[in-house]
Amino acid sequence: MTPATPPSLEVSGLAFAYPDGHQALFGVELSVGRGERVALLGPNGAGKTTLVLHLNGILGGGAGSVRVAGLPVDKRHLAEIRRRVGIVFQDPDDQLFMPTVREDVAFGPAAAGLRGAELAACVDRALARVGMSGYADRPPHHLSFGQRRRVAVATVLAMEPEILVLDEPSSNLDPASRRELADILRSLDVTVLMVTHDLPYALELCERSVVLSDGVIAADGPTRELLCDEELMAAHRLELPFGFDPRSVALRG
Amino acid sequence: MGAGHAHKLYRHARSPVHALPPHCKIAAVFCFVLVVVATPREALWAFGLYALLLAVVTAAARVPAAFLLRRLLIEVPFVAFAVLLPFVAQGERVTVWGLSLSESGLWGAWNILAKGTLGVAASVLLASTTELRALLLGLQRLRMPPLLVQIASFMIRYGDVVTDEMRRMRIARESRGFTARGVRHWKVLATSAGALFIRSYERGERVHLAMVSRGYTGTMPVIDEVTATRAQWTYAAALPLAALAVCLTGWMLT
Repeated sequence: MTPATPPSLEVSGLAFAYPDGHQALFGVELSVGRGERVALLGPNGAGKTTLVLHLNGILGGGAGSVRVAGLPVDKRHLAEIRRRVGIVFQDPDDQLFMPTVREDVAFGPAAAGLRGAELAACVDRALARVGMSGYADRPPHHLSFGQRRRVAVATVLAMEPEILVLDEPSSNLDPASRRELADILRSLDVTVLMVTHDLPYALELCERSVVLSDGVIAADGPTRELLCDEELMAAHRLELPFGFDPRSVALRG
Repeated sequence: MGAGHAHKLYRHARSPVHALPPHCKIAAVFCFVLVVVATPREALWAFGLYALLLAVVTAAARVPAAFLLRRLLIEVPFVAFAVLLPFVAQGERVTVWGLSLSESGLWGAWNILAKGTLGVAASVLLASTTELRALLLGLQRLRMPPLLVQIASFMIRYGDVVTDEMRRMRIARESRGFTARGVRHWKVLATSAGALFIRSYERGERVHLAMVSRGYTGTMPVIDEVTATRAQWTYAAALPLAALAVCLTGWMLT
């Protein structure tokens, strides 16, 4: 018998207080299976960013544990953990720090020791997956915002991550770029954890959602059920956009 | 390559000089400047030969002379001091067009002007035949401290981002009816500058976070390795070697 594949992400009893005494997480329990797409919802200040920074070991030292595909996040495994957890930050200008798109996408794999033709193939593959193959030699600041966000996704995909963590992926995107990004995310065969305020986007892309509120997971279930639960939504300052009824939306596939 | 992102110093063309690896060109220009500076100022003809050498390189690089001369204007504020020298320096005086000038001052001015101009011309040639990005790779290859190369590379990447931020802040100020006039408004400008600094600093922290998240451990991974063949080195060395010959002759004749 082969043992079952460990979940992509396993967070248990995670608590964390910042050095200034502000406690952001109070025992977070979360498990994300391989290949799942999960939306992490929650009001501002709920601890979403703090939780994300725990996933690849940038923050740590509090109680509880985080495991990525079975590997505990601690000092000894940091390099491997950072390869397995691909975080796409909210502002692509922060994420794209190299002079050209190609070098930026190559940064992660090159840091992991890839060189030459292998590195080039890896970059081409990652750019093709987000439909940005023709832009390899452009400098990032000459791309549109939507294109930069897609390249930011490619920089992370190039590392073949176990789990893709997106921080507000739809923010500042026009409707067309938003749809293009959704198509790309849907086409990827990778576990996704999507931190967002954009509830229709969560419903469109993620079957399952968890609500993080005041440093704990307050709800965990099918996205549509959560969004239809008016009492729960109101209790955690989550609001649907005007005129949006999650019951009336037909979901794909 | 780099469609639409040619820095304004760079002049796109296909020429043997453009094709040389960046580190060869940097080394060649550096040695050329050293040789020029080491030439005795009395060997007037030597400087003429140097200028001729640069003219040959310019032609080989297909850089129009007018372009090069226009770029040389950058030097003007720096040589203003040299023009003053003949008037203020001490020593024997000669009379030129009715003006009493110091002889040592004249030599000094000539020295600064000739060597400065040649150095700037060589640098302008380097910049107009080598892309900024390639220059950085070249410096990296020449074992320049990696921290300095990283700083320069971030300047290229974030220069436009910060300028843009500055522009947005100015528009926000002006939208609220503010235009800077006179000393009394300096406080507002200083506050804006401070805010810009803090924003850039915070961006730096976020960028660092993004870098660490992708496996940065203090050194930039090598992505593009620039290499040069022996032939390319020889080709690049032609300029400084020719200059060295001129320089040595100069020392022997004076």
